Amino acid sequence: MRHQLETAENPASLRRIAIDTVSRVEGHGKVTILLDERNQVHQVRLHIVEFRGFERFIQGRPYWEVPVTVQRLCGICPVSHHLAASKALDQVVGATQLTPTALKIRRLMHYGQILQSHALHFFYLASPDLLFGFDSDLSRRNIVGIAAAEPQTAKRGVLLRKFGQEVIRVTAGKRVHGTGAIPGGVNKAVTPEERALLLADIYRIVGWSRDAVHLIKQLHAQNPSLYNSFGVCRSNTMSLVGTGGELDFYHGSLRARDANGGILFDGVDYCDYSQHIQEEVKPWSYMKFPFLVAFGKRNGWYKVGPLARVQNCDHIPTPLAEIERREFVDYCGGLPTHAPLAYHWARMIEMLHAAETIKDLLHDDDIVGQDLLRSGVRATAGIGVIEAPRGTLIHHYRVDEDDLVTMCNLIVSTTHNNQAMNEAIRQVASRYLQGRELTEGLLNHIEVAIRCFDPCLSCATHALGQMPLALELVDAEGRLVHALARNGDGSFACAAD
Amino acid sequence: MSASFTIDGKAVPFAEGQTIIQAALAAGVYIPHLCHHPEFKPHGSCKLCTVRISGRQSASCTTLAQAGMAVESDTPALNDERRTLTQMLFVEGNHFCPSCEKSGNCKLQATAYDLGMMTAHFDHFFPSRPVDASHPDVLLDFNRCILCSLCVRASRDVDGKNAFALSGRGIKTHLIVNAKSGRLADTDVTLQDKAVRVCPVGVFLRKDRGFNVPIGRRVFDLKPVSAYVDATAALAKE
Repeated sequence: MRHQLETAENPASLRRIAIDTVSRVEGHGKVTILLDERNQVHQVRLHIVEFRGFERFIQGRPYWEVPVTVQRLCGICPVSHHLAASKALDQVVGATQLTPTALKIRRLMHYGQILQSHALHFFYLASPDLLFGFDSDLSRRNIVGIAAAEPQTAKRGVLLRKFGQEVIRVTAGKRVHGTGAIPGGVNKAVTPEERALLLADIYRIVGWSRDAVHLIKQLHAQNPSLYNSFGVCRSNTMSLVGTGGELDFYHGSLRARDANGGILFDGVDYCDYSQHIQEEVKPWSYMKFPFLVAFGKRNGWYKVGPLARVQNCDHIPTPLAEIERREFVDYCGGLPTHAPLAYHWARMIEMLHAAETIKDLLHDDDIVGQDLLRSGVRATAGIGVIEAPRGTLIHHYRVDEDDLVTMCNLIVSTTHNNQAMNEAIRQVASRYLQGRELTEGLLNHIEVAIRCFDPCLSCATHALGQMPLALELVDAEGRLVHALARNGDGSFACAAD
Repeated sequence: MSASFTIDGKAVPFAEGQTIIQAALAAGVYIPHLCHHPEFKPHGSCKLCTVRISGRQSASCTTLAQAGMAVESDTPALNDERRTLTQMLFVEGNHFCPSCEKSGNCKLQATAYDLGMMTAHFDHFFPSRPVDASHPDVLLDFNRCILCSLCVRASRDVDGKNAFALSGRGIKTHLIVNAKSGRLADTDVTLQDKAVRVCPVGVFLRKDRGFNVPIGRRVFDLKPVSAYVDATAALAKE
């Protein structure tokens, strides 16, 4: 762990880089690096200038608006927020058990979203780095370059994502920001025609997903020293697991492991999340730093997301993905890997699992049922937890007797990974930056480390490799030595004294 | 043969005492409108139904049809003015369509789409209008009120309860609940009241349902407001 690089010993002698913009988390990241007179790294920080505000402006609104409103947090994985909120409000309307059809439609929606989001990240955003190299020609290090060099790979990426979006459209009414899940169930049945439409393509989707796992596996095999060591940050991990310890993105209980894979807690009802997770506020970041209460702020931080999930579960309940999980575990030698680049491998295993699960759900006759809603004894609070594409997502609401929301707390996936992302870029900066002048290639090394986590600073990594990012080199006197900024349009600007 | 007049060159028959918009809608000719409702007396407040008659502009909901009159309605100039009026309605209230359950069933939204409104254009007022959630069955979201007064008229003229009123003057005009406490819970309004069901936007929300109509099956998902012979009747079925 590299906590010593979080804050320089003599920050007073260094110029403070102020964040003077307020924008949404998507698309705005800033890395600052402080160096001494010998160009030794003293401080590395990933700043996410996060304005969310949803916790506040959802207050005073009727609870049934919440699943539709909060999904506007994100345009990439709105289904996660839509479903986490719906799960929380199921408790408020007393729907302790959904109808089989409603539950399966929600699962279908969610696994469609996992599929599209993972495909988007791997093919559109990450693959240019992985296939061309971190220092490769900038002009082709993008999805267009992939389309030119690897047309089949690019086409499959587009069609995989399109299929996931179609699953969402069928279940939620729209590809982005639908209204399918409502407190107590869903508002839309899947028609036989819609089922047939998706079934026509699902076997091809499963096959392509399996090929994607093989592709990332090959990349690991070609350069194991890079893939196994780049940005490694050992930490605890946490995720939901199903009742049998299986990988489950929609529901389960919380399980956490230490860096060696030992169980820290297991079977924790996610409604008790606040007893196990707290968030630390650091003065230099707008994003909080969650930690496991029992292990304190310094040692309790953890990773979430694909790498955590695939290693946290006991098995994956679909055959092809389970085979790949076992191979992944064997590759890591039976101990958890903490290499950020392994996130991509785990992510593709999850995409394969999502495709297989969609296939199984489409073959289940409950999916075209008409019994969609349940209700029961009203409650005044609800907590919904789901495994979003990027990791564990927690929604917590309180509702008054007039049906208005009085409290909302959201802990989103990227927040869980805040410390891990900071540690990863500190490791990368220590290894690649020392004594060197900043270059675009270096900037991309930092970005590659961040991108592994697929953070929802997101549009960041969801802007075709053009996330606005500022990298600044400040000497011990606080002078700006060198700065490199990537603008929102992908152009670069350099500054040096 | 009944008397007739023309709207944009099309002959429209009318009966004695009918307004231009009444005759137009009866003939299947759409004139944009928000405060007009076929079951209520003319109100003439939203002005979206303004048409041009012999070089003069007039609200078609308050102007009686006359034989031989030549009415212009679907013209670029009039639609520009209607779009501006609609934009003003959007900025005067808080109309957040993405999270409004009336989205797809809202006449204001449908009219904006139909008029090709792409932005609000004007600075938003962002008024502070707390919701009234005191009633067990009905929630009032004043943020969306466009002052059409249909609820006022319905409660007074149909329900016989006089539960609502417009208060204030000019730009400060706003909908109030006609109770000493100002709370809907302290009225005898019920879900069955016409006032609750007549709102063309999203002020009156039933508490026992929310987003229960899936995208694709909402009234204006099926066709634009101008394609309905009687959009009011279609909305009433929801």
